[in-house]
Amino acid sequence: MVDLFTGYGANAALRAERGAPSAWDEMFPDLTSLTPVEARAAYKDVFAALAKMTQEELRGRTAALASSYLAQGVTFDFAGEERPFPLDAVPRVIEQEEWITVESGIKQRVRALEAFLADIYGPQAAVHDGVIPAGLISSSNHFHRQAAGIVSANNVRIQVSGIDLIRDEVGAWRVLEDNVRVPSGVSYVISNRRVMAQTLPELFVSMRVRPVGDYPNKLLQALRASAPASVDDPNVVVLTPGVFNSAYFEHTLLARLMGVELVEGRDLFCSGGRVWMRTTAGPTRVDVIYRRVDDEFLDPLQFRADSQLGSPGILMAARLGNVTIANAVGNGVADDKLVYTYLPDLIRYYLGEDAIIPNVDTWRLEDPLALEEVLDRLDELVVKPVDGSGGKGLVVGPAASAAELATLRTQLLKDPRGWIAQPVVQLSTIPTLVDEGMRPRHADLRPFAVNDGTDVWVLPGGLTRVALPEGELVVNSSQGGGSKDTWVIGTEPDFFSESSARNIQGLVADQAANTRSAGTHAVDHSPQDKPLGDNTEQQQQQQQQASAAPAPQRKAGEC
Amino acid sequence: MLSRIAESLFWIGRYIERSDGTARILDVHLQLLLEDPWIEESLACQSLLHLMGSDAPADRLLTRKDVLATLAVDRQHPASIAYSVKAARENARRAREIVPTELWECLNTTSARMPRKVASEKTHDFFGWVRERSALAVGIVESGVSRDDAWHFFNLGRSLEQADMTARLLATRSLTVASGPSWTTILRSCGAYESYLRTYRGVPSARNAAEFLLLDRLFPRSVVFSISRAEQCLREMEPRTDRVGVTDQAQRVLGQIRSQLEYRPIMDILNDLSTQMDIVQEAVSTASEAIGDRYFPTSAVPTWTGEAS
Repeated sequence: MVDLFTGYGANAALRAERGAPSAWDEMFPDLTSLTPVEARAAYKDVFAALAKMTQEELRGRTAALASSYLAQGVTFDFAGEERPFPLDAVPRVIEQEEWITVESGIKQRVRALEAFLADIYGPQAAVHDGVIPAGLISSSNHFHRQAAGIVSANNVRIQVSGIDLIRDEVGAWRVLEDNVRVPSGVSYVISNRRVMAQTLPELFVSMRVRPVGDYPNKLLQALRASAPASVDDPNVVVLTPGVFNSAYFEHTLLARLMGVELVEGRDLFCSGGRVWMRTTAGPTRVDVIYRRVDDEFLDPLQFRADSQLGSPGILMAARLGNVTIANAVGNGVADDKLVYTYLPDLIRYYLGEDAIIPNVDTWRLEDPLALEEVLDRLDELVVKPVDGSGGKGLVVGPAASAAELATLRTQLLKDPRGWIAQPVVQLSTIPTLVDEGMRPRHADLRPFAVNDGTDVWVLPGGLTRVALPEGELVVNSSQGGGSKDTWVIGTEPDFFSESSARNIQGLVADQAANTRSAGTHAVDHSPQDKPLGDNTEQQQQQQQQASAAPAPQRKAGEC
Repeated sequence: MLSRIAESLFWIGRYIERSDGTARILDVHLQLLLEDPWIEESLACQSLLHLMGSDAPADRLLTRKDVLATLAVDRQHPASIAYSVKAARENARRAREIVPTELWECLNTTSARMPRKVASEKTHDFFGWVRERSALAVGIVESGVSRDDAWHFFNLGRSLEQADMTARLLATRSLTVASGPSWTTILRSCGAYESYLRTYRGVPSARNAAEFLLLDRLFPRSVVFSISRAEQCLREMEPRTDRVGVTDQAQRVLGQIRSQLEYRPIMDILNDLSTQMDIVQEAVSTASEAIGDRYFPTSAVPTWTGEAS
């Protein structure tokens, strides 16, 4: 019956024999047996539903997921060919109780990062108080002096964040990196859920999966809330680099679901300290720009002069308070991996709290002692550039060749500020359907948070990315990664608000009652197609038979 | 044009539109049942059955499967998609000499390929297929039929059915929460979600959504748009201009209901939505009957009874 999971534990058993560290598996507590039989509580229902399927059946469904994505255009370019964005049929499940911790950890982190950015581009109190060295800030590639003094009306800089989390060898959540520039991937969360419900409905049955469709609405509210104070009905636009951008699908989806205009740089122009877009009805003022263009390309007057993607003067308009750029310019300094190492201190400094979700242990290579230790143990550590995101430029020591390590060594000695080192964390694994069958694969999680100035709202779930090659620890869609639908399941329906849940039940009952009392309207029918008492058809047939029948008789009579 | 033919065209229009509308409503509501765990499935399914004008068995709990079996593929159930598809095809067969061959083949194929069972993971595909077939049929008529009476009767049927479908949908105000999601569902059922978002800049509110689906003069599935188009078809079939009033009963009924909707404050309608929508459905039925009485009088005379014996 559990043929789907046959051989699932093979690799883990092998690793255990060799004494290598093994990852935390999210579905099965015990991987020593070849074919696991008992799932963790969160996965019980999913496991039961999957166990009823054969591998062929599940592969058929996976093919259906892919063809649906191909039809919708949820694709990425692979060697000049459109491939559907890979979505695995097995969802990741997180229980509501656990999710509350994750959620509060994310909220805390976003609040701390907001305070940090406001401080860095303002009084720099943290520097004066010696919490973070001034040199670190000014040497960050993404610290932009041009951003100083630009503040949105509600003081929010991080309207959208995508903080990457992982679970370590004991299943504890840790922050892998902060992402408060232009985090992408939320469109996959929304479209994954839809296509999963269409293709694998039986998995949803009996599970109370918290819906994710509210995101565009929350985002729009947050963007509107950040608009210049003088504007009554703000005009929000999404700024995209254009159709060739790899996240273009996401830009169109967000614009579509928010009902706002999707603009490119050439659709905008600045005049009189304001930003306008060219429309058939003449210039229309723009109040909030949700930009999906990097800082460096936003304004050729301030950053790269050769940029075609932005609009000259946009930053001046923002400085004058006539337009809000979301997320704010200069946020990149908070994504710097060296700043990341200070985050627990910064949380304590700004919020007076301890970090709810800890960082991954990190060596700062500017410290000579740390550098020495890291150089010694280069083959057992992960080394990352401080300003790369999504695994760009990352070197995994145990997997690297001697030549690669030698190059890395010279790079580290030349520019210790540019790198950090971390121990190899075995990311948690989740069952994933690959060529050999159902196998454990490493995954991370990017929960999306929207800050509207009064509250930080965290999308229940987020984007789970999974590395498809065996043992691969770098999880990124540009490096052959897949994704999973992420379910936060409420153990009881009225978890977050008892009254609201009861209201919903009541409403449903009310409405059902309403319809009944109003009387049901049967649909109209053509007199000839009426469902009951219609015997014309039979009569016509009978008549044909009747007229056909006498003929042979007559013939017979003639004979 | 023969009354019998005109009648067939009228009903082809209605049945095509009905299969399309039913598929949309079922698709979105059944999907929502999966995505939103806080809906009571049985109640929602009952409500869905009532919405389509059929009685639900009160003695047992209903599931998605029951709704699918009843409203999608049951060939005997008068409100099902299969029934509408079959009826459209039968009507086309009766008017085979007038109906363009392309349309006939389209309807005939649809009817022949109508599945008897739909697996739960294929429902979305199935509804998508029904919508595509309807779109194909409508497109064939749009692009290849002269704008004569045949076209007017077809469009008249379509418009009336559209008004009826939208009114039905509005009447129950959906099966879920009072705020955002349920209106989103209704809008999506009508394929109106994206137009709505563009028109109202994405702020979902009961008032705006109802206004859009009831009164928008530009959105083709809104009640007012559909009724206006039906009225226009009627006027063009009989271009006489009287100095006083309107003599055609169907035009009268439609004009009355449209004015009622257009000139009444929107909050008045909203506060009493299900009754108001009942009146709209009533008016559509009355208009349909009036059109029948006037243009297809033969249908009242089924004369085969004597010959069978």
